[in-house]
Amino acid sequence: MTGKQTSRRDFLKTAAAGAAMLPMPAIAQGAPGQLVVVGGGFAGATCARFVKRIDPRISVTLVEPNATFIACPFSNGVIAGLRDLKAQEFNYDKLAADQIALSAASATGVDTGGRSVTLNNGARLPYDRLVLAPGIDIRWDGLPGYNEAAVERMPHAWKAGEQTLLLRRQLEAMPDGGTVVISAPANPFRCPPGPYERASLIAYYLKTKKPKSKLILLDAKDAFSKQRLFQNAWKELYPNLEWVSLSSGGKVTSVEPASKTAVTDFSRHQAAVANIIPPQKAARVADLAQVADRSGWCPVDAMTFESKQQPNIHVIGDAAIMGAMPKSAFSANAQAKVCAAAVAKLLAGEKPVEPRLINTCYSVVAPDYGITVAGAYRPKDGVLVDAEGGGVSPIDAPASTRAAEARYADGWFNTITTEVFG
Amino acid sequence: MNVTRIVILSASLLASVAPASAAGVADAPAGAASCSGCHPATSRVDTTVPRLVGRNPDEIVTAMHAFKSGERPATVMDRIAKGFSDDEVKAIAAWYGAQKD
Repeated sequence: MTGKQTSRRDFLKTAAAGAAMLPMPAIAQGAPGQLVVVGGGFAGATCARFVKRIDPRISVTLVEPNATFIACPFSNGVIAGLRDLKAQEFNYDKLAADQIALSAASATGVDTGGRSVTLNNGARLPYDRLVLAPGIDIRWDGLPGYNEAAVERMPHAWKAGEQTLLLRRQLEAMPDGGTVVISAPANPFRCPPGPYERASLIAYYLKTKKPKSKLILLDAKDAFSKQRLFQNAWKELYPNLEWVSLSSGGKVTSVEPASKTAVTDFSRHQAAVANIIPPQKAARVADLAQVADRSGWCPVDAMTFESKQQPNIHVIGDAAIMGAMPKSAFSANAQAKVCAAAVAKLLAGEKPVEPRLINTCYSVVAPDYGITVAGAYRPKDGVLVDAEGGGVSPIDAPASTRAAEARYADGWFNTITTEVFG
Repeated sequence: MNVTRIVILSASLLASVAPASAAGVADAPAGAASCSGCHPATSRVDTTVPRLVGRNPDEIVTAMHAFKSGERPATVMDRIAKGFSDDEVKAIAAWYGAQKD
């Protein structure tokens, strides 16, 4: 502990001596640093709060244009009519109370050399460290026919909000006997088990409300998260759900919004309701900051989540790629806490601690039927790798275990949203 | 025991510069931050998952060993416990034991 105090003092002394020549805005004022966080989702909001908790003297600004955050986890329940969208909504009042400066704007530029972010309201925010937690953008060039206008006819509902409600309304308006088509993208994408949970809960809705209807899940993959668990549950609960794998011709190659048709190499699927989950990439600010690589995602160091392309910029959550961790809200929150600790150490001129992380993804197949994939992760050669253990729920568990996991899923949502926004 | 003492000491040192409720956050050992994704930090949360904050560290260590060996039935903790070494578990348990709501 004494070592830590000494090194911080020494660093500040050195920094003060160098301040006359170097543009180090915060340190020149004697403050421990200036952090700007872009994006107020599970990753960004968590990171902002934990940096403040670790060292209240660090100035933290959260850049987020929306006053209300609408959570994606559990939004499949909203689509299936099991849950109100209100239950997904959170605000930033508690973050403001934590002395985090909220900037209700969008980033329009990042000056990586001069270390500042410009906003669409004309403001310019200097930073010592920048954390980008922007989430995903749809790749509008990723699926022929699927453009900004197509989302009204064929919603993606992969960013929760109006799209979620639109898909729900379309299902409610569909006559009994209609065909629902879902298109799932190739890896990587936000929430790997998400399309399969969604298919399950829409199948639940159809089974209970429109039993003559069927659901076709067209997939650009041959394998997916918690596959055997989902498939066993579908066999047991949803005979009207058909999964078409990549090798069976499931990859959607174009869409025709006017007729709600999903086209594959082998056939045309005209739908009564079509949900297109399109290819994705890190959201736009990643390009502005030049932290995304050719894959469209942002490679980061597994110790600190600092960009491998730009110093002093960290990327966390769905936008980042760092090895084995999936793009989930749990991962985003866990990464944010590690990143917060690392940023505080780096601002103090100290060495970050080698982290350990956990992910747990709950999927709800029916209201009383939950399944999970869980894993622990540790850094190795610059990326996060699977630690021992991990894996999915047992294949042959009794109904009581499925019910317990559904209850734990509810608890998880309450816990994580309280930690982030409560 | 040494780990416990160090963690408690560091928590009390930090209390002089940070609000009491945040004591020790800066010194959380590797892995501890992830637990609060499911184990709530406050009693305000509606969940059936138990809190770790303020728990006797020995209880946490014993539970983790039992999850790891499969002796104690679990939904996810058997899979997660295997990802942590005995020393990592001890440090995490000691740190949670020293936290307050």
